[in-house]
Amino acid sequence: MRLALRESARSFGRAPLLSALSVVTIGFSLFAFGLFGLVALNIRNTVRLIEERVEIRAFLIDGTPVDVAAVAVGDIGSFPEVARAEFVSKEQALTLARRELREFREEFDASVLPASIDVRLKDGFRDPQTVNAVAARLRSYPFVDEVRYGDEWVEKVYRLRNIATITGLVLGLAFAAVSVIIIGATIRMTVLARSREIAIMRMVGATDSFIRSPFLIEGFAKGILGGAMALLLTWGAHRLFTQMVLETQFFSPRVAVAGVLVGGLIGALGSALSVGRHLREVT
Amino acid sequence: MTGPRPADGGTGAAGAPSHTGTFGASGIIRFSSVAKEYPRTGTALAGVSLVVAKGEFVFLTGPSGSGKSTLLKLVYMEERPSRGEVRVSGVSSSTARGGDIARLRRKLGIVFQDFRLLEDRTAEQNVLFALEVTGAPRAGMHAKAARALTQVGLASKGTSLPRELSGGEQQRVAIARALVNDPFVLIADEPTGNLDDRATRGIFQLLRDINAAGTAVVMATHDMELIKRSELRTIELNRGQVVFDSAADPAAGGGGAR
Repeated sequence: MRLALRESARSFGRAPLLSALSVVTIGFSLFAFGLFGLVALNIRNTVRLIEERVEIRAFLIDGTPVDVAAVAVGDIGSFPEVARAEFVSKEQALTLARRELREFREEFDASVLPASIDVRLKDGFRDPQTVNAVAARLRSYPFVDEVRYGDEWVEKVYRLRNIATITGLVLGLAFAAVSVIIIGATIRMTVLARSREIAIMRMVGATDSFIRSPFLIEGFAKGILGGAMALLLTWGAHRLFTQMVLETQFFSPRVAVAGVLVGGLIGALGSALSVGRHLREVT
Repeated sequence: MTGPRPADGGTGAAGAPSHTGTFGASGIIRFSSVAKEYPRTGTALAGVSLVVAKGEFVFLTGPSGSGKSTLLKLVYMEERPSRGEVRVSGVSSSTARGGDIARLRRKLGIVFQDFRLLEDRTAEQNVLFALEVTGAPRAGMHAKAARALTQVGLASKGTSLPRELSGGEQQRVAIARALVNDPFVLIADEPTGNLDDRATRGIFQLLRDINAAGTAVVMATHDMELIKRSELRTIELNRGQVVFDSAADPAAGGGGAR
């Protein structure tokens, strides 16, 4: 292990430019990966915020007795998908409307707005099918006049979230694959530069795993350095965006550390593939 | 078929001091009907059978492309036979895996015409390298390297870089590296091919001394003068076949006498 560490340090020292180039290349590909991750994270967060506001409103026929509505609220509140059901009287609706739409304050009077039951769904039950199903059940009450929940809107939000998730995954994997290839190529240059040494190692009886270990350490170290560089760049971009455009969220510390470690793993993987190929070629 | 086949156990081992382990009467290197074909260049060896005994000195000769290097590569298992079997110190080419081959090579010293030294390391570091990469214990490593350098007559050149040494000296460093793990066979592929007469004589004498201490030596060479002068066992290859083996034909001279 000590020898493997020394050999990988020696390789850094012997070709500082090539090593720096590898780190920078890894850094930039992980930076692209990080930026996209950040965009995906913020889209997801925004979508979640919007989702939390998904609300189904069942307007009641004028003159529905309050006690009937109260029984229905209890009944609806016990649906497994429902987080909260609330009765909103005509007066409450008016107060709410006046507060939300200040400029039309004088236009409203209590007879305009119907009473309603407002329903919020639990997390995980805000997909279009569930929303439709709950809306249909609300409609089946004889005293419900109309149910509104912005069906188009719910579907759009849900689709946006799916697209963000899938695009994030696909592009993330693509960037990871590109990083592995780039790291493999840079390590391959190191491997070729040291092919004489590798041949001598084999000649005197070093095992393949022994020959591989300094390269794995080197790849891991380059990946970690590249990952750290990418983290700094991503953080810088995030700060800049937050200051100049709008407030965005950054990765949690755990995700940031995991990202740098992933850089290390990608480095080690690229390295293993590259050395493995060389060892097979010379056999 | 092939040229003459030597008797089991070969010749020339008598009188050599006992070395590592016992190899029995079957020799430390045994080729049984070995053929080697390369996809592009065709047949390199065809039906070669031979035995090299413990402590023996064997010249391997023949024109370029006759299969000398291929035969040596089969000994240190850089190549596997297309047919037949090579056994070296109990390791069979038919069953050996990567780890077995690595361990086998630690007991073989290999020397090439082009020395194959690491240019950015001193003579001593080149020798130490062979110990370090085979996981030898750290204690006594430097003493072992110094002993090997002394054995090849380079005790005072341990701190020199290869480019500061003459060709003969560089080959001595390569031999010290081959010796540092106490091999039972030294395989030398034209070790004097790049050297002048004086250096050639020096290297050859060094190989004789190493052999006298009990290590078998298999040396591929074109140098007919050297072969004639030394009267050692000589195997001649031509077009991948053994066409002459002095061990099987003592009247022809050589026959392993040292």
